[in-house]
Amino acid sequence: MTDHPITPRATPPTTPPTTVEAGPLLEMRGIVKRFPGVLALGGVDLDVRAGEVHCLLGQNGAGKSTLIKVLSASYQPDEGEILWEGRPVALPTPQSAMKLGISTIYQELDLVPGLSVAENIFLGHELSKGGMSQRSQTNRAAAALLDRLGHGEIPVSREVGRLSPAAQQIVSMARALSQDTRLLVLDEPSAVLDQGEVDNLFRVIRELTTQGVAVVYISHRLEEIRQIGDRITVLKDGSTVSTGLDARTTPTSELIRLMTGRSIEYVFPQRPAQARSFTEPVLDVRGLTLPGVFAGVDLTVHAGEIVGLAGLVGAGRSEIVETLYGARRASAGTVRVAGRTLRRGSVSSAVAAGVGLAPEERKSQGLLLDQAVYRNITVSSLRRFSRLGMLDRGGERRRAQVLTTSLDVRPHGVDRMVRLLSGGNQQKVVLARWLLRECRVLLLDEPTRGVDVGARSEIYTLVRALADSGVAVVVVSSEVEEVLGLADRVLVVREGRIVHEGPATDIDEARVLDLVMEGNAA
Amino acid sequence: MSDRGTTPMGTPAEPVIDLDRVGTAEATADTRRVEQAAAATEEKESGLSALLRSSVGLNAGLVVALLIICVVGVFTAGDRFASADNVLTILRLAATVGVVSIGMTFVIIGGGIDLSVGAILALSSVWCTTFATQTMAESTHWSLMVLVAFIVGGGCGLVNGLLIAYGRVVAFIATLAMLASARGLAEIISERRTQIVTIDGFGDFFNTEILGIPLLVLIFVFIAAAGWVLLNRTTFGRRTLAVGGNPEAARLAGINVSRHTVLLYVLLGLCCALAALMLVARTNTGSSTHGQLYELDAIAAVVIGGTLLSGGRGTIVGTVFGVLILNVLTNVFTLNNQDTSTQAVAKGLIIVVAVLLQQRLARRSTA
Repeated sequence: MTDHPITPRATPPTTPPTTVEAGPLLEMRGIVKRFPGVLALGGVDLDVRAGEVHCLLGQNGAGKSTLIKVLSASYQPDEGEILWEGRPVALPTPQSAMKLGISTIYQELDLVPGLSVAENIFLGHELSKGGMSQRSQTNRAAAALLDRLGHGEIPVSREVGRLSPAAQQIVSMARALSQDTRLLVLDEPSAVLDQGEVDNLFRVIRELTTQGVAVVYISHRLEEIRQIGDRITVLKDGSTVSTGLDARTTPTSELIRLMTGRSIEYVFPQRPAQARSFTEPVLDVRGLTLPGVFAGVDLTVHAGEIVGLAGLVGAGRSEIVETLYGARRASAGTVRVAGRTLRRGSVSSAVAAGVGLAPEERKSQGLLLDQAVYRNITVSSLRRFSRLGMLDRGGERRRAQVLTTSLDVRPHGVDRMVRLLSGGNQQKVVLARWLLRECRVLLLDEPTRGVDVGARSEIYTLVRALADSGVAVVVVSSEVEEVLGLADRVLVVREGRIVHEGPATDIDEARVLDLVMEGNAA
Repeated sequence: MSDRGTTPMGTPAEPVIDLDRVGTAEATADTRRVEQAAAATEEKESGLSALLRSSVGLNAGLVVALLIICVVGVFTAGDRFASADNVLTILRLAATVGVVSIGMTFVIIGGGIDLSVGAILALSSVWCTTFATQTMAESTHWSLMVLVAFIVGGGCGLVNGLLIAYGRVVAFIATLAMLASARGLAEIISERRTQIVTIDGFGDFFNTEILGIPLLVLIFVFIAAAGWVLLNRTTFGRRTLAVGGNPEAARLAGINVSRHTVLLYVLLGLCCALAALMLVARTNTGSSTHGQLYELDAIAAVVIGGTLLSGGRGTIVGTVFGVLILNVLTNVFTLNNQDTSTQAVAKGLIIVVAVLLQQRLARRSTA
């Protein structure tokens, strides 16, 4: 039991475990990361000390995920430097980050479900002798690691796919520990856990920090941050707005103030001048329930109205929209479109009634990437172009051409493969599909994800124009500002329930964030 | 579709909303120009030249491969190869597996696979010939054989499709089960004996020639042409490409993916039934050993033809070339008195080379 890596490192870390006052273990200075058309990080500073829990706070799109990908060397920064124990380091590959002792546990756990717990823990650095895996030794080492995490009850030979999410997370952490981790990055670790499991996770984190491991902790739940965190760095629009805040004493109002307000101003279209009274309910949802995700959701959208759903990722916003579209089967509740009740779990029924969805994952759920633009536009309206099953391709192309010209899809040309378009133009193609279908209810899930600033305004204008023509629109977005700027009415979703409903003009970003985050873990 | 309240359904040429606010372009003038441009390209695209350009252009590698095999044939076998009789023999043999391959092209483009085609063919041939052997032949009209074959083939396809689309059984497994059980059932029905067709009408009909070309060959030509139209010019074909290319996106676009999947396997089952009838006509027998390894030949032809095994892309013309390449190759080897083992090795090589070539070309066209 002495010859396998249970303790952090054969040579003890240069910083003594408990001295928080020592120089930072990790320093990131002026990190800049650009993607085509987007500045993801515009100069981020972060310093993490050994033995502390450093919390990263920021809205969706603030750059947290990009930052940890730079840290784990999945991305290469365009500018800026990274110092490790005061010395500049280059991290050309994820392996180089691992070698330093940086382990990242992502939201989606990257375990192999068909392998055993022990095999997963030592995946990539298997204990072997002459090419033969050392099964019993591996199992013993894995058991020791799990013991150290306080989870000796997890059977090391069980397939990981049969463990609970909480247990899988522990396995991920054991895997991080098995490779001499000195900095552990946890990306929303509590999202899949219940209260008891969260307490357990915190106990493990505390134990690690007393051994000198530094933890970077990302969460939206302020409650948790107060419980486990030492210091907070707040990101906004890809930059550090404040760093080194005390996690226990900084007031919530101060944190929310730092997170809100944007340096980039999006241009939202004007709402119609006089407050209109919407009289014609087009979409009427009553008591919609998807077990374990959301329950008893009521939602009414009128012709010409835009309703926004705000909430955290995982709160059930996307699931609500997908369920009322029939892509998931509700266990209870009714969805009516213009008085007609939709069949549960039937997309065809929803589409026939005039509902359209621009899904969250545009590329995997929305588009036929290898097919021409015009085919992506007409795919939901093929009957309109067919006589006895034969397609009028000239007609298809002409209609698609008219639509893409009106929406200014660039580059022009309806025969181009959709894969070759930018995110904004791909989204316009999806919108053109439902425009052609002349739908009366349009569901937009994260309509501007991966869309650059210029195209965003165009999409906002388009959505407003659609509403003005009498379409009932539902917008789901992680960006609170987008919901508030675009919608007439706002619903806030938290943990599968609608906790607030009211006109968009009566509520501000800080209040929405407060509703979204308050007391989640309580 | 009929009960639109607020949107003007009667005038589909009008944009639904005032789009002038959205784009930068002047909608009316620009639209007209665009429509004209689109109409012009459409005109250019239509016609025989476009058909030739697209099919020959995309399949240049296949044409070259076929030509090389033919040249080898001419050099090694001379007139025995390059005679009208031999060409008709090749085509007659190619016709049955060709019909199956056309159906297989649809299933594979739609994201599936069917290993049971040979077994379905055998079962159809046995079942339909039970009505045509000595005992029943006198009271049976040959059209009953045709009907029975299509019911059996379509029924097997339906079972495959339902298992895959609604039973959520992986296509490979579901059709593997069908392969085993359909051939087993064929053996039970026929008691492992070859059933000789004693009705005259059946053979007379299928073995006629029109302008010197056997009807069997014409059936293949017709099925290939119908398949091309179905894939490229109909709603069904477009949906097949969508379902195979991205099933989730197709579902969310309102396509009933499960139903479409069932239809694809039924279509292939019917193709197998037709091929069974053609084989019965050619050999004048029904047998549980008919169609051995047809699944491999059909899948090979489809893959050689450039259809993606993962679905979403493929051509009928490519499949026809694939069928021809495999059958001409067999013919050349047979004329040179090579045994079947050598043929098998050559087939394997051809498949690998063709796929490597297709991948190279595909990469160039997307780059």
